[in-house]
Amino acid sequence: MEIIKTVDLSKRYGALSAVDSINLTINKGEIFGLLGPNGAGKTTTLMMLSSLLKPTSGTATVNGFDVLKQSEQVRESIGMVFQDPSSDPVLSAYDNLKLHALLYDVPLKSIDAKISQVLSLVDLEKRKHDLVKTFSGGMRRRMEIARGLLHEPRIFFLDEPTLGLDPQTRDHIWQYIKTLAEKIQMTIILTTHYMEEAEKLCDRIAIIDQGKIVALDSPANLIRAIGGDIVQLRGVVNTDAVKKLPFVRDIRESDHSYYLSVENAAQNLQKLLAVAGTIDFVAVHSPDLKDVFLRYTGRAMREEEGDLAGHLRNINRVLERK
Amino acid sequence: MNIKKKLKAIYALWYREFKVFLREKSRVVSAVFLPLFWYFIFGGGIGSIGAVNSSVSGNYQHFIFPGFLAMTVIFTALFNGAYMIWDKKIDFLKEVLIAPPSRTTIFVGKMIGGMTDALMQAYILLFIGIFLGIPFTPRSILLSMVILAILAAGLVSIGLIIGSFMESPEGFGLISSFIIYPLFLLSGALYPLDKLPGWLKTLTRIDPVTYAVDALRHVIIGVSSMPLAFDVSVVIGFDIVLIVAGTWAFNRMKL
Repeated sequence: MEIIKTVDLSKRYGALSAVDSINLTINKGEIFGLLGPNGAGKTTTLMMLSSLLKPTSGTATVNGFDVLKQSEQVRESIGMVFQDPSSDPVLSAYDNLKLHALLYDVPLKSIDAKISQVLSLVDLEKRKHDLVKTFSGGMRRRMEIARGLLHEPRIFFLDEPTLGLDPQTRDHIWQYIKTLAEKIQMTIILTTHYMEEAEKLCDRIAIIDQGKIVALDSPANLIRAIGGDIVQLRGVVNTDAVKKLPFVRDIRESDHSYYLSVENAAQNLQKLLAVAGTIDFVAVHSPDLKDVFLRYTGRAMREEEGDLAGHLRNINRVLERK
Repeated sequence: MNIKKKLKAIYALWYREFKVFLREKSRVVSAVFLPLFWYFIFGGGIGSIGAVNSSVSGNYQHFIFPGFLAMTVIFTALFNGAYMIWDKKIDFLKEVLIAPPSRTTIFVGKMIGGMTDALMQAYILLFIGIFLGIPFTPRSILLSMVILAILAAGLVSIGLIIGSFMESPEGFGLISSFIIYPLFLLSGALYPLDKLPGWLKTLTRIDPVTYAVDALRHVIIGVSSMPLAFDVSVVIGFDIVLIVAGTWAFNRMKL
């Protein structure tokens, strides 16, 4: 059963198309990943689906409600964890959550119990009455995830929820979310920089580049579609000669490396290297989501890039506050 | 959305303002002491010149005290509203705007929160006034509190409208130069309204705070330039216009 449907959803800023005629159908209970380079239109799409941003053209329905005409019902159906922290640092975790519960019409009698419940879910129950400004970035993120779950939304949007968190915390958070999704039949739409994460978690993935969906399928199918092996070459590569080889299906350059999609690399590697030029470095691996990403966007998804962006944002925030 | 949900949302926004108010004690202290400095130093100094004008019957410090009640409301209410720019900056506004309540409900909640903030400070000053020998009666205290509340509604709305348009806190200086000080200085808080030169008289009559100060003076020291009912009606009219404008501003606000 579909819970989100977009028809030619578009957002333009002057001449720039941030989101360009996206058609998506997301099913109930699904964990759906939106992947794409920075500035591809992922956040813009989430903002339109949550009714915070008006589409320039096209429509979307969320939980059966039109994002333009029934925005209040749309907002009641969803929970959101923003890419940047959006809690009030001079209030305690409890106060931030209480505010949220009141805004989302959680019954007064159950507010305190609910707050304890979601905070223990993210291991913050003991810090309940501490001001949010005393929290680390990871703790604040966990608190905001708990906050998003407080009103038990039908649909949960997570924009880079684990950006800048250490791997352990990341695993932790995903475990929570997965268990919860199964328990309350929640649909999850997330964006992430971490490819392994997306591969492990998502039922389906849409790769967005320059505002368009360039690929959409389950991670396994996307990887299977690439087929063969990936050969990574570094050095002075004679690309023209390499392209002529019958067993080379595709070649992409990224970060001073060439990534070749090669049929049966074990047999063909010798032939490849014979014509490839002066090679300093060779590696062969089975394709994964990173290769899928590179194939469709022409860019490597660098996790550090996301991390760095996240860190810079955090540093900026701290400086601005002073 | 039904009325109970709306009230809960309004309570939520008020609850936050109140918590922040309790936490920011330094702001409260400065908001109460600034008018007291004016009262003692400026009021004492000018008062020593002698009877400034016949309409300043007797004590100049008593004459300007109502003006300082209004001053506290002007400063706190406007800055409280404009402080919304901070909510934008820390992205807290996103959390509020993505919640189900309508923009109109959010505006009302923030307005009541801002009024609470401004009024608590003005009321503290009012009670200090009792000990300064301002001739208060229980009736005049009550009426002053009501007039200050009516004034605060419109002023917080101005602040919220500014906050909804502003993109960064850099414009804060402009607010105090071009809105707060003109509103205060033109309100007749420091001087009587009757014998002003024509241009200044016109300007004071445009300033809505003038009517609130006149009304306060009427109830506290029994001196006024215009009838009380007229003063109060003008301030209520000012509130209605600004609340409508504020609701409009919130509905068009983008992130």
